[in-house]
This record gives sequence, structure tokens and C-alpha cells, in this order.
Amino acid sequence: MDFFFIIASAVKIFGFTFLVILPLVAYSTYAERRVSAVLQDRVGPNRVGIPATLFGFKKDLKLFGLIQPLADGVKGLLKEDFTPAHVRKSFYWMAPAFTAAPAFVSLCVIPFGSAVTIFGYEIKMVIADIGVGPLFIFAIASLSVYGITLAGWASNSKYPFLGGVRSCAQMISYEIALGLSVIPVLLFFGKLNLSDIVTYQAANGWLLLPLWNENGTLIHEAYWQTSSQQWLLLLPMGISFFVFTTSIFAETNRMPFDLPECETELVGGYHTEYSSMKFALFFMGEYAAMIVGSALIVTIFLGGWSLGFGLDSALLQTSEGDWKWYAGLIHMGAFLAKTVAFIIFFIWVRWTVPRFRYDQLMKLGWVVFFELALFNIFLAALIIAAPHIGLLNTFLFGIPALVITALLMFFITKANEVRRKAKVT
Amino acid sequence: MSETSATTIYEVPDAAATAAQAATDYQSGTEDLLGEKMVLNMGPSHPATHGVLRLILELDGEVVTKADPDIGFLHRGDEKIAENMHYNQFVPYTDRLDYLAPLANNVAYACAVEKLMGWELPPRGQAIRVLACEIARISSHLLGVGVYAMDVGAMTVFLYTFTEREKIYNLSEQLTGARFTTSYTRVGGQIRDLPEGFTDSLRSFLTECENTVDEVDRLLTRNKIFLIRTKDVGIISAETAISYGLTGPNLRASGPCRDLRKDRPYLGYEQYEFDVPVGELGDCYDRYLVRMEELRQSISIVRQVLDTLPDGPVNVADTKSSLPEKEKVMMKMEELIHHFIVATQGIEAPEGEVYFGAENPKGELGFYINSKGGGVPHRLKIRAPSFVNLSILSDLLVGHMVSDIPTILGSLDFVMGECDR
Repeated sequence: MDFFFIIASAVKIFGFTFLVILPLVAYSTYAERRVSAVLQDRVGPNRVGIPATLFGFKKDLKLFGLIQPLADGVKGLLKEDFTPAHVRKSFYWMAPAFTAAPAFVSLCVIPFGSAVTIFGYEIKMVIADIGVGPLFIFAIASLSVYGITLAGWASNSKYPFLGGVRSCAQMISYEIALGLSVIPVLLFFGKLNLSDIVTYQAANGWLLLPLWNENGTLIHEAYWQTSSQQWLLLLPMGISFFVFTTSIFAETNRMPFDLPECETELVGGYHTEYSSMKFALFFMGEYAAMIVGSALIVTIFLGGWSLGFGLDSALLQTSEGDWKWYAGLIHMGAFLAKTVAFIIFFIWVRWTVPRFRYDQLMKLGWVVFFELALFNIFLAALIIAAPHIGLLNTFLFGIPALVITALLMFFITKANEVRRKAKVT
Repeated sequence: MSETSATTIYEVPDAAATAAQAATDYQSGTEDLLGEKMVLNMGPSHPATHGVLRLILELDGEVVTKADPDIGFLHRGDEKIAENMHYNQFVPYTDRLDYLAPLANNVAYACAVEKLMGWELPPRGQAIRVLACEIARISSHLLGVGVYAMDVGAMTVFLYTFTEREKIYNLSEQLTGARFTTSYTRVGGQIRDLPEGFTDSLRSFLTECENTVDEVDRLLTRNKIFLIRTKDVGIISAETAISYGLTGPNLRASGPCRDLRKDRPYLGYEQYEFDVPVGELGDCYDRYLVRMEELRQSISIVRQVLDTLPDGPVNVADTKSSLPEKEKVMMKMEELIHHFIVATQGIEAPEGEVYFGAENPKGELGFYINSKGGGVPHRLKIRAPSFVNLSILSDLLVGHMVSDIPTILGSLDFVMGECDR
């Protein structure tokens, strides 16, 4: 480990976290308000700009309200930081930090660009290039449940308490579906390093859209005949994508699953008793988690920083020699664009659907998504193993085993449901 | 009226006993270790309680084992106030009953006093009142559906319906000069005839409103999440609904087809063709469906009224008792005297008692007036539909989860201004 590596890492940490992600968090709150305004026939925040009149100019610059997040931040800092009586102060003060920190920490394994060469050194555009990427993210991200639970518990109030209990149960349940749904993907890639996963996708087509390969040629029918395996794999990968995305919604407490803080039932949920910057920290943590979730979906399923459409190789060809400078930047842009698109998708969903009830949510998590993800692992494993064990074995043992698994799961669920009903009545 | 044979007696269930029974049932039906129950105070300022309803809930986990509604935070003593003022002076107070449909309240009150006086409005006056009632119904149901959707979590629907209500406020400003507290009617008529251009803007509003209703329909009616949140939740059986005296959409969603516009037609409602939607099960989803259909029916009624709007006077011609026209007051001595007498001493009402119930958006809004002659009522009792509809809460909420409470409250569509009056 040389000196240059340390400097480069420090620059990456500072640059990515403070210059990219924090503004992105701030502006996703702005995007939330503007996108929801568009969806709801409203205008949204469009006033806060540069107060040029203060400096003697004739007109303020409104800039579509783009300075709004800054104003919100200033408001958060200047408001009275009120601590209610009879709260457990140590927990009460720790909780917001516990919610906000994990989201930022888990960002460090996500590759946000290809590589940039400076002074002859090639720098990978990922803060920590470790071999256990997704596992690291799950491990760290699930720590944020402590923040919410502590907030609910320490507030010494009943609504936050209910919110805390709910979110605890919800996040733990959906973590299982989240973890299981990503296993088929890892089976396919055979590695856990997110940088390698993206590099593979850049070379062989995105996981969900394997339409073009390294050379930019579209994969046409001949390919379909030679490698039907990859096309078959789209089914389990599609299921994985669906379960994974839904679980990310639940993990980040976004709309159809925002039970911990649903305002019509629990007023504010776990952060009811918080004010000023402590509340803002919860808010930031939530949006940062959403960004991490979007980035993770993009990285695993949609080719991370790769441009796709065969453009990656074109970029390589046009820029021999010094190409890595701007290719790296373009790749970063592609990654950010995809992530932002997913953030807008998250916002869009939030303002479109009603929310689930607590028990329905748990049932959905444990009965539908858990089993779907579990079954998906067997399906993906069978498709991946088929060329190795031969066609005969696949049809003789593999498919019957799969069907038996599916039936078993189905009947166990049914039996469970009947038992539960009997108990209630 | 006459179609009920008055022999069926419905028993009101003992809410406390039901709650206790449900609690013991729940305890014996589960093997979980049960700790102490938590008392949760919901309201009076809580987003789901639509104003100042306070619910004292006893929770076992997330399941409600006892619900105790606490009302009266908005009590103004309207009934007592009415005893101290002339009949016409009380009209502004009716605005503040169901403040989401003030026009309908004005009409109901005026009709009640006119019944006492024995007056019949000219056809144009009646048609205008029907217009006012149905606009109020559209306004109230739009809010009811929107807020209900917001309680379930779909906030966008709320803003779509509020856009339409904004247009209704514009219309009501055109019609009465006020957006919110309309005070449109007087005893024996309206404060003024339809303003110029009103019918055109009303017609264009109806088309836009229909589009919004369709849009809300597409967003909610077959939405899977909305369905599982509202179906089989908060079921009120027909017997329970009748025994608690529910009226309006909440009663009709449970099955009984009782609509005063059909059963006891007033203001010439019998001239217009409209259906009365009824539900089957009486759950939250049925109440939503009934309101959506009533919105469409109201739009159709308004169209019919606009098509058949008769000409002629809008007010009762009895200038000695009702307020004379302003122009004549300015020009003629006789009318000036009448105006002075009516305005200072009130309408000379006969002795007697009278009850008039109108089919308001929330249910039957009834006014009972006991008169001993003179310009003020001896006693005025308001039968507020929201008050009666809320009486079912302690029976209805038990056994549901906390998340169901906003759903049920939203589906009952109450207004505390009317409940506490």
C-alpha cells in the first residue's frame, strides 16, 4: 500500500460522499417535491433562488427553486433542537446518527465509474474494492434498523414506539427476501465483487438486457441458438430483480411499505418527537438509503457504470491512449444517470399507490417474497447447472425436483394459513 | 315515513359488552403471552381524525380491544344560540355545521322554517335549491373520497379531488359572494337569483368533474392495495346500521335503500331521474363505491336541473313575512316598512312544532323547531348525521388493527363541526 493509494482513496471518499452523494440526497428531497408536484397538478417549490435583490439587483434569480435544499438545511440547523422531557437522552441522541451513518458507509463498495489513469496509476472508481460487496452492504445497511428502533424506544412516546416496533419487524423480514433474491445473481456471476460484476456486464451485456456484447454487436438469433441458457436465465433474473426492487422499497421505508412513519396512523412514526437537525438526519438517512438502494439495483442488474448499447467499445476505440480520462467521467455520468432514473421511479411509485396494512405487509414479505426468492434460487441453480449435468439429467431429476420444491412450498404456506385462520376464529 | 310499518324494533348493541367480549375472545383465541394493554390516545389533533375527534383506544399489540370516542371539542352551543336570534339570523350558523357542504345546510334549514310557515317556493326557487344541494353533495363527496384515499395512503387522489373542489368554491363565490360560508338561503327563498353566466360555468365544471371522478375511479377502484386495505374492513351489517340510526351513504352501503330525496321528496326531487346506489356488505370499500356512484348521480341531477330550469320568481311572494326585493325596498314605502319589520322583529312564525329532514351529503340533517310564535324559535334541535354516524365507533373499531382506524374513520366521512355543533 503506497502513499498514492492513500491519497487517492481519501480524494475518492471526500469527492464521492461529499460532492456527489450529499448533494444528491439534498436534491432528491427537491426532486421528491417537484416530481410529486408534477404528478399532482401542483407547482411545487419554485421560489428559492439567489436573492439578488439583497445585493442591489433589480430581480431575484429564482432558478426553478433549485436552492430550496440549501434553505431547508439552514432551517434545520437554525431551528430549536428540542429534547422532550423523560426521554433516554443517550439513545435519543444516538438514534439519528445510527440511521444516517450506515447508508453513507454502505456506499463505499459501489463502483461508480470504470477507471481513471493519473500519473501512470490506474485508479478504480470505487472507494473500497472488496470481495464481499453485496454482503457488506446488507451487513451495514441493516444496522440502520437500530437507529429507528432506538428512536422509537428512547422517545418515550407511544406513536414512535409503535413505529419503531413496526419498522424493526418490517426491515428484518424484508432483509431475508432481499438477501435471498440476490443469490441467483451471485450464482450466475460466481463472484461477490461488485466491480467485477459490473465489468462482466460491460463485457457481456447487462444482466436484465443481455442484448449487446463487448464489441457492440447486437446479440442476434444465432446467439439465441448457441446460448439459450442466457436467455432462459432471464426468468430467474427477472424474478430476482422484482423481489430485490420491492424489498429495497421495504428496506428504505418507501411508500407502499412506509408503515414505520405513516403520517395518517402514527403521526410521524419513529421521528415524531424529533426536531431540527436530528429530524433532518433521519430524513437524510432515508434518502441516502434510497440512493444506495437505487445504486445497488443499477450495479447488479443494469450494468452499473457501463453505457450499454455497444457504446462502451465505441468509446474505447475512439479514445486510444488517453481515453481513460474522459471515458471514466462518461461512465460516472452513466452511473449517476441510471441511479437518478431509479430515484425518480421510487418517487413516482410513492405518489401513486396507497400503503399496505402492517399484517398484510408482513404476510407479503414472508409468504410471497420469501418463497418466491427461495424458489428462484433453485430455478436459477438448475438453469446454470443444466449444461454441466446434461439434458437427460436435467429433465429426469432437475425439473421434477423443482416442481416438488414448488409444490412443497405452496402446501406448507396453505397449511400455515389454514392453521392461522383456525386459531383466530 | 309511511313505508316503515313501525313494528320492527332494532336493539342497539351494548358497546361496552361487545368490547369486553371481543377482548376475551381475542385472549382465548391466541396462545401468545399477553402482557398489559396499552392505552393510546388518538386525537383530538391527529391527522386521521379529521378535525377534533378524540379516540381513547385500548390496544393489545396492534389490535384494538376497546375504543372510546370523546367528542365535543368543537361545541359551540348552536342550538342554544338559535333560541336567541331571528330565523334568518341563524342561517350563517348553519354554514358551520357541515362546513364541507354549507349550501346543503342552508337549504335544509330554510326548508325547515318554511315548513313551519307553511310556505311553498316557486318552481325556479326550488330548482335553484336542488342545484345548491347537489353542488354541495359533489363537493362533500369529492372531499370524502379524497381524504379517505389519503388516509389509506394515496395522497395524489386527495389533490386531484381538491382541484375540483377549488372550482366548486369559485362557483359558490359566483353564486353567493362567499367561497366557504355561503349563507345563501333565507326563509322564503334565496338571497339572490342565479348570477349571469353561472349556468355555463356550472356546465363546464360538470364535464371537468366527471373526468376527475373517472380518474379517481381508475386510480382506486381496482387498485390491489386499496382493495385489500378496504375490503372486509369495518363491516356494518344492515341491522346494526339501522339500530344505530346511520343515514346517508354509510347506511346505504350496508344495504338499506333509504334516501329522503326518493322516500320523502322535497324541493321537487321527484321530477329528476336518479338512482340510489346501495352496497352489499357494508365494508369500507362499499362505502367508497356508494360515494363514487352518488357523485355521478349528483352530476346527472345537476344536468337535469340545468336543462329544465324554469323561469319566474325565486322567492315566496308573501312580502309581509319574507324579505321583499331590494329594488322595491329602495323605491317604495310599503316595502321599506315590511323590510324594516322583518329585519328587526323577525318573521312572524305561527305556534307549533315541526321537523324537517333533508338528505345531506353526510346523511339526514334534520331540524326540529318548536315555536311559540314570534320571530325566534322556542327550541331548535339539530339532528346532525355525523353525530349519529360516529355513535357506532366504539362498536365498530373493536377487533380492528390500528392501521384500520384511519380507513374506517375516512370511510365514515364525518365532520366534527356538525357532530359537536
